[in-house]
Amino acid sequence: MSTNTINNDLVTENGIVFPSEVMLDLKHLKKVYPTPKGDYTVLEDLNLQIMKEEFVTIIGHSGCGKTTMLSMIAGLNEISGGNISVLGNHIKGPGPDRGVIFQSPSLMPWMTSLQNVLLGVNQVFPHATKSQRNDIAKYYLQKVGLEDAFNKKASELSQGMQQRVGIARAFAIKPKVLLLDEPFGMLDSLTRGELQDILIEIWNKEKITAVMITHDVDEAIFLADRVVMMTSGPKAKIGDILNINFERPRTRKSVLEHNDYYKYRKHLIDFLEH
Amino acid sequence: MSQGITLNKITKLIGLGFLSDLKALFARKLVKEDFIKFLRKFVVPIASIFLFIGLWHLGAKSLYNTEANYKIEKALTERGQVAADEMKACIASGDVSCQPNTLPSPAQVWGSFQTLLEDHKVISSDKAAFIEKTAALNETRVAEGKDAIVYTGRPSFVDQIFTSLKTVFAGFLLALFIAVPIGVVIGLSKTLRSSVNWLIQIFKPVSPVVWLLLVFMIVKTLTKNSNSDSAFIISFISVGLCSMWATLVNTAMGVSSVDKDYINVAKVLKLGAFQKVFKVILPSSLPLIFTGLRITLSVAWMVLIAIELLAQSPGLGSFVWEEFQNGAIDSNSKIIVAMFVIGGIGFLLDRIMLTIQNMVSFNKNDGI
Repeated sequence: MSTNTINNDLVTENGIVFPSEVMLDLKHLKKVYPTPKGDYTVLEDLNLQIMKEEFVTIIGHSGCGKTTMLSMIAGLNEISGGNISVLGNHIKGPGPDRGVIFQSPSLMPWMTSLQNVLLGVNQVFPHATKSQRNDIAKYYLQKVGLEDAFNKKASELSQGMQQRVGIARAFAIKPKVLLLDEPFGMLDSLTRGELQDILIEIWNKEKITAVMITHDVDEAIFLADRVVMMTSGPKAKIGDILNINFERPRTRKSVLEHNDYYKYRKHLIDFLEH
Repeated sequence: MSQGITLNKITKLIGLGFLSDLKALFARKLVKEDFIKFLRKFVVPIASIFLFIGLWHLGAKSLYNTEANYKIEKALTERGQVAADEMKACIASGDVSCQPNTLPSPAQVWGSFQTLLEDHKVISSDKAAFIEKTAALNETRVAEGKDAIVYTGRPSFVDQIFTSLKTVFAGFLLALFIAVPIGVVIGLSKTLRSSVNWLIQIFKPVSPVVWLLLVFMIVKTLTKNSNSDSAFIISFISVGLCSMWATLVNTAMGVSSVDKDYINVAKVLKLGAFQKVFKVILPSSLPLIFTGLRITLSVAWMVLIAIELLAQSPGLGSFVWEEFQNGAIDSNSKIIVAMFVIGGIGFLLDRIMLTIQNMVSFNKNDGI
């Protein structure tokens, strides 16, 4: 397995070269929750570098601190120690440079799907004209297959459709980093597959650096360039990193038929079972 | 078909969903489930109304008999057998002078209701005639700079209803304009919330009567040198102050308990304070605000009667009180008429609020 060092291109076993720029850098990250019985350390000395245009999935047992880590990157959770930087700048609180797709779709139910996407677009492109902003929002809604539901209230959409709006909303604000917190965890497996395809299709176009938490081993392999495995808490850290050397764009079929697929799968399951 | 959908929507919106069920029942063939639905939603309530009226009738009859027997017995012990027989005959004849004074029967109340409507017709025609008669005179008086002559006759029952509605509406608006902004502000700030909590907890349970006295103390002084209608001002302010607490508490709760996911979205998108309040927090707390407003309106209508009665402000409250003092033969049944009218209007006001609530907020409520 190759190592990833700063200022050197990341070369994987198959010779795929990533641009050298480090997009997201987590250094000695620590998270402590004070409890009446003393401090509880969720994460300790967690180091992770994510390159530009890389798609990283994070897998680990429930409660190991994956979500804590992601919400710290999003700026929604305070950092107890160490630091997080985006393109070399330390983050201070949340901001639209880090788009988030939440586990629950978190749409404003009183708004239409278009208004939900526009809420972010208006914020990020304040100088664009109204029709330009509308066009951006509509473009991404079309991309997620909701061209017929621009004016449907979010509360009238199914869970899967709501999450599609969530994806459109996150991509439409053109973030530097996309953070996905188990976005398909609440969906049935058919819908989940559909949404994975939609996500990867948009991602192939936009190439936004992405960090995604998942519980699903197949999802982790299908979407990622690297799968990061976290050890169980407390004091969780990165246990292992697996490079997924499938060519992009990928199709589900080609991934499933690939010789290495079961090797990767076994690697991940072995890690999770120990 | 499209008309059916709109009818359905409208009846659902005003919480009278059973009307569209009724329509569906006649439109389709009579299926068993529909029949059961029809029974439950339409026949059972109507049957229970008749049952209620029947029980009321029996109860009133038995009270009437008790009161009559008491009167006869009293005549017998005080003035002998002859007086008792006279009293018996007098009661049986339906003479006004010796009727037992007790709970009126449904029929009597219905009679009084029609009397009151008749009375309204007479008074309105009187008023119209008066206005017509004085129109020419008033014109010259106004031209001369004098006050116009206004009709000062007794208000009819229907006039009283409208006066009460005016008072409750003014009180409700006052509550709305005080409680919603304050509720939003204290909902947003934990510090403010804890600083005014004691005030809310202490003033919320205060009785309408005390509010009236407090308002009376202040308004009396403030309106000393003006000729404004202080009885109306006192009663509507008291109504507002009594009823605003539910809205205040609900608004503060709604604003402070906005779904954390929405707040996170607002944070990630870095919405400004104004956008956050108007695009996220207020819409998401609207259902709770409206629940508060519905309680406020029903409390306002409930305390209004007591407040009108004490403030000697015209309206249904003073109508009830005057009828009680009056003690005429049909006073009791007029009071019962007023009771039903008050209840009916209260129900109607609640339905109106529910309709508005369903139109503006994102989660739909069925009327209960």
